[in-house]
Amino acid sequence: MMANFLTRAGTGLQDWFNERAPSFGPFYRKHMSEYYAPKNFNIWYIFGVLSMVVLINQIVTGIFLTMHFKPSAAEAFNSVEYIMRDVEWGWLIRYMHSTGASAFFIVVYIHMFRGVMYGSYKRPRELVWVLGMLIYLVLMAEAFLGYVLPWGQMSFWGAKVIISLFGAIPYVGGALTEWIMGDYLPSDATLNRFFALHVIALPLVLLLLVVLHIFALHEVGSNNPDGVEIKKGPKGNRWSQAAPADGIPFHPYFTVKDTFYTGFFLLICAFILFFEPTVGGWFLEHDNFIEANRLVTPEHIKPVWYYTPFYAMLRVIPDKLFGVLTMFGAIIILFFLPWLDRGKVKSWRYRGTGFRVALFVLGICFVWLGKIGAGPGTDPVETIVGRFLTALYFGFFAFVWAYTYFGWEKTKPVPERVTTHD
Amino acid sequence: MQQTRRSIVGFVLGLGLALAPAAMAAGGGALQASSTSLSDRGSLQNGAKLFFNYCSGCHSLKLMRYSRIAEDLGLTEDQVMQNLNFTGAKFGEQIPRTMNPDDGKAWFGNAAPDLSLVARAKAGGPDWIYTYLKTFYLDPSRPIGWNNTTFPNASMPNPLWELQGIQTAVFKTGPEGEPVFDRFELHQPGSMSPAEFDVVARDIANFLRYAAEPAALQRHAVGVWVILFLSLFTFLAWLLKQEYWKDVH
Repeated sequence: MMANFLTRAGTGLQDWFNERAPSFGPFYRKHMSEYYAPKNFNIWYIFGVLSMVVLINQIVTGIFLTMHFKPSAAEAFNSVEYIMRDVEWGWLIRYMHSTGASAFFIVVYIHMFRGVMYGSYKRPRELVWVLGMLIYLVLMAEAFLGYVLPWGQMSFWGAKVIISLFGAIPYVGGALTEWIMGDYLPSDATLNRFFALHVIALPLVLLLLVVLHIFALHEVGSNNPDGVEIKKGPKGNRWSQAAPADGIPFHPYFTVKDTFYTGFFLLICAFILFFEPTVGGWFLEHDNFIEANRLVTPEHIKPVWYYTPFYAMLRVIPDKLFGVLTMFGAIIILFFLPWLDRGKVKSWRYRGTGFRVALFVLGICFVWLGKIGAGPGTDPVETIVGRFLTALYFGFFAFVWAYTYFGWEKTKPVPERVTTHD
Repeated sequence: MQQTRRSIVGFVLGLGLALAPAAMAAGGGALQASSTSLSDRGSLQNGAKLFFNYCSGCHSLKLMRYSRIAEDLGLTEDQVMQNLNFTGAKFGEQIPRTMNPDDGKAWFGNAAPDLSLVARAKAGGPDWIYTYLKTFYLDPSRPIGWNNTTFPNASMPNPLWELQGIQTAVFKTGPEGEPVFDRFELHQPGSMSPAEFDVVARDIANFLRYAAEPAALQRHAVGVWVILFLSLFTFLAWLLKQEYWKDVH
């Protein structure tokens, strides 16, 4: 009786929408219940969803933070401590936001690494990759702006160093840095405009890019750990005659799977948030618990961990302009990966040993550079090592191009269908 | 199944690789372990008493309220106002210093800093404070006559000398002829034994650790329930996932 009533109410509501917005139903089916994703996704494939979870966390907690934060140089630092001490549950909201920022980069870095492992940037998914790289670029800017807001020592001096990079541009550099800061130093004007950009401008851009990233993906369909195009394989599964045989509906199969992994991910985040929210100075730095002071330079100025691999490149190169170009080049070159890598085989499971080794080396370079960038930078041996690692980082791209362009890669046969799933 | 296992192994290896520098950086300098504990209320209360008697003359805790201390440390308003408040501030107000900052500049060369966040601003946190409080020594070459091995050339005299006694530092000659700190010698004994004084230094460090983040008390208490809830949620989500995935072959 009750079930009957609910079914009728549900159908009624559906009809009501269909009459007024006939495109809603097909939109939902295209992206959820009739989006056929390869059934062999493994654990590396959860990080896209997790970055969505973190994005939503950042937006929701960010809204609550703006209710108590004061974007002025005189009040910002104390207003953050006011949130931490006097606002009911303010500490929880603030830690969710600060832990979320680092968690965002962790999941995004793993998500990107997975893309390279399984060749997810290759034809026909180049656009998905480029949009993803744009998201990463905006995310770095968004995180930098947000880091300035608590107006601690590292906020101030980090901002000063990063903004001064624009000063390396010939002719317009000096004027440009003043234009960015609205002053000769990071100041009240800088903090106020960074707040505007952090809470309105960049989140809007980020959301738009995320929507485009997902739409572009759903046009071509997801890649998978075998790098097999399921749309080119046999057709027909339990749900549709026309759908790929190796695909299963995103909803409910991947929504329940992602719910499970999201729970697991939140469990790890909760451990950090409740028991070690600063992660020993890695997520929240010691110097940022001292209010910004333009007269006192901290002993070591360093950015938060997620920038340190690129910061290390900047620091080991003696010439400022060349260092800045190298640092930005290290990010820009990633945009071109789909065209540098000409190999037809996508997944590293079936790629040549050269590629697998090179990717492993790239991962080590990135982590090691991150460690160097986070250190004091006073060890001359480390500088030499840093230059070598920087060369290796760029070497990865040169190698992958040559390896695939000249046909040196010996690939293994790719299966017709996807292999096992969990 | 084998592929799955391999991908999980690869993932865990990757994660280990990513976390390695964090673990490496955790090793500190020559700080002594303070073994402070926020769940030791007696230690926090003793630390508060010591702070207000020996430190608050020069140092403020301007982000901390007297009322919050009472609430968190299980003290009554009367206890706090009569024993810890020497400034005439109201119960709900933040904690100022009694010394005029200009006097501080004139006497010590620096106005004494606010200590609300010192336990979070120093790498090592409470261990840094603990070690700092124990490493003052007589140094006639300094304008105030004191120096400190943890924070060389600090412009602060030892506020606890009556308890600890007065130490001098013995230096040996380093490989390039530079003086290297060797050990302390007790020049004039104080009213406490070294073991008793360790407790004083620990309790002050513990109180400042609390003052730097009063929410830590709630954080741990709430955290346990959140972890339990998420474990149950994740388990149920796993059961649901297993149920749905039964028919995927």
